[in-house]
Amino acid sequence: MADTVLDVADLEVFYGNAQAIHGVSLTIEKGELLSLIGSNGAGKSTLFKAICGMVKPRAGAIRLKGQNTARLSPARITEMGVAMVPEGRRLFRSLSVEENLVLGGYVGRPGPWTLRKVYDVFPILHERRRYPATALSGGQQQMVAIGRALMSNPDLLLLDELSLGLAPVVIKDIYALLPRILGEGLSTILVEQDVTRAMAVSDHFVCMLEGKISLSGRSDAFTHDQISAAYFGT
Amino acid sequence: MEWINVIVQGVLIGGLYALFAAGLSLIFGVMRLVNIAHGDFIVGAAYLAMVVIQATGLHPLASLFLVVPAMAAIGYAIQLGLLNRVLGNDILPPLIVTFGLSIILQNLLLTGFSADSRKLNAGALETQSLAVLPGVDVGYLPLLTFVAAVALIAGLQYLFYHTAMGRAFRATSDDGEIAQIMGLDNRRVFAWAMSLSMSVVAIAGVFLAIRANFDPFMGPSRLIFGFEAVIIGGLGNLWGTLAGGVILGVAQGLGAQIDPGWQLLAGHIAFLVILAVKPRGLFPRID
Ligand SMILES: Nc1ncnc2c1ncn2[C@@H]1O[C@H](COP(=O)(O)OP(=O)(O)OP(=O)(O)O)[C@@H](O)[C@H]1O
Ligand SMILES: [Mg+2]
Repeated sequence: MADTVLDVADLEVFYGNAQAIHGVSLTIEKGELLSLIGSNGAGKSTLFKAICGMVKPRAGAIRLKGQNTARLSPARITEMGVAMVPEGRRLFRSLSVEENLVLGGYVGRPGPWTLRKVYDVFPILHERRRYPATALSGGQQQMVAIGRALMSNPDLLLLDELSLGLAPVVIKDIYALLPRILGEGLSTILVEQDVTRAMAVSDHFVCMLEGKISLSGRSDAFTHDQISAAYFGT
Repeated sequence: MEWINVIVQGVLIGGLYALFAAGLSLIFGVMRLVNIAHGDFIVGAAYLAMVVIQATGLHPLASLFLVVPAMAAIGYAIQLGLLNRVLGNDILPPLIVTFGLSIILQNLLLTGFSADSRKLNAGALETQSLAVLPGVDVGYLPLLTFVAAVALIAGLQYLFYHTAMGRAFRATSDDGEIAQIMGLDNRRVFAWAMSLSMSVVAIAGVFLAIRANFDPFMGPSRLIFGFEAVIIGGLGNLWGTLAGGVILGVAQGLGAQIDPGWQLLAGHIAFLVILAVKPRGLFPRID
């Protein structure tokens, strides 16, 4: 398939002797939004880290636009068009807001996202651009983390728990901006604790349980009970 | 006047200690590496300058145009070829490796240059001085050393906070894992940092060698002065290293004034007192 952006096949990831991912396979097409759900410790963040190259899989393939990235460095994978908003944001605390964003564009991939465009979408960041990034409110920090990821003009964007630690109104604001952020053509995998929201915004979903995929398909094709069973393993 | 003179001379020698300390502080800040061989690299740079001067007849300060790039290249290579392999969550391996480097360097210098002490000759610079007050003469060399230290720290400060390279250093220091998914290669960033540190080492080595006799075994004591200046000033703070160097220099001067045998002891005591009162140093920037 020409339009497959990411194809993960039979992935196995270990931390030492503890296996975090057991034979996971999934694909995502160009422009698609895939929700990745699952309870605590299911392996969602680990899957993201493997896609970014931060952990090396013991077996399986991760193909980005056809090329296997399982053995490449994180920097190389970013150059090829993967960006992540990590769980807990992980902004650079000794860098200003603007420096965080500029560093996000370090690989210099061409595309629609520039500092100016990020400031257009998040005007508050322009106002606060000289502040240390971690001096901002939680919601604003999340905007910096999103902007930083977009600055590399990725083909595949991984969003890990955007709502973590944020007030409901702030979460609502960020999700309201999501269509503008994703635009056209950007493929996105979204990890979100709020399953209802995750299903509402996505085309397809994957549910993980203890390192395996317990259910996947179109986001509107399953009942609440079916999803709940896959989520909790009951 | 005598005491004022002691303090002025102490402040100026503090510039030299700040030069010892700045390179140490820099690599600790970027990669949490404590380089036990730092003092031996300073001495090594002094010998390198000596060789360059013997071969070319350059003035010691002019030899820096060759010694600085050479030390920077050596730093880059050592980082990529050796230190990156041992950096990790465990702080012990890099300590042991740099300790080993220290011993190897001392013995290489001993084999190559014998145990005789040497000195670089900077001509008139060493003998001329400026009478700032009656009884207070400021030598050109100590003054130049101090000015060089201030300029160097200002330069490093600018590099850290206003350039792309500095941004990479700070980001890697903050969160190396995330810095990598921004596209930075930690190993290269560390190598840049080490080559910058070794450039400072080159400058420190030449100023040291003009000021005093040097021999293959004086590295560890320079390391101690550098360490003390870094810790007094507070980890990760470059201007702090200057403050630390000055405090150390003044304490040594005052100690020597009381009794010549007390010079070094007074410096160590000042260090211990500050450590007891402010365990993280005066102006810490790293937790
Ligand atoms: N750095 C690590 N070292 C060892 N084990 C880890 C590490 N990170 C995660 N794990 C383990 O791997 C498993 C999967 O963790 P992971 O963080 O991927 O889950 P998650 O689905 O993202 O959970 P959460 O919803 O809490 O973020 C868990 O059992 C976890 O304890
Ligand atoms: Mg997680």
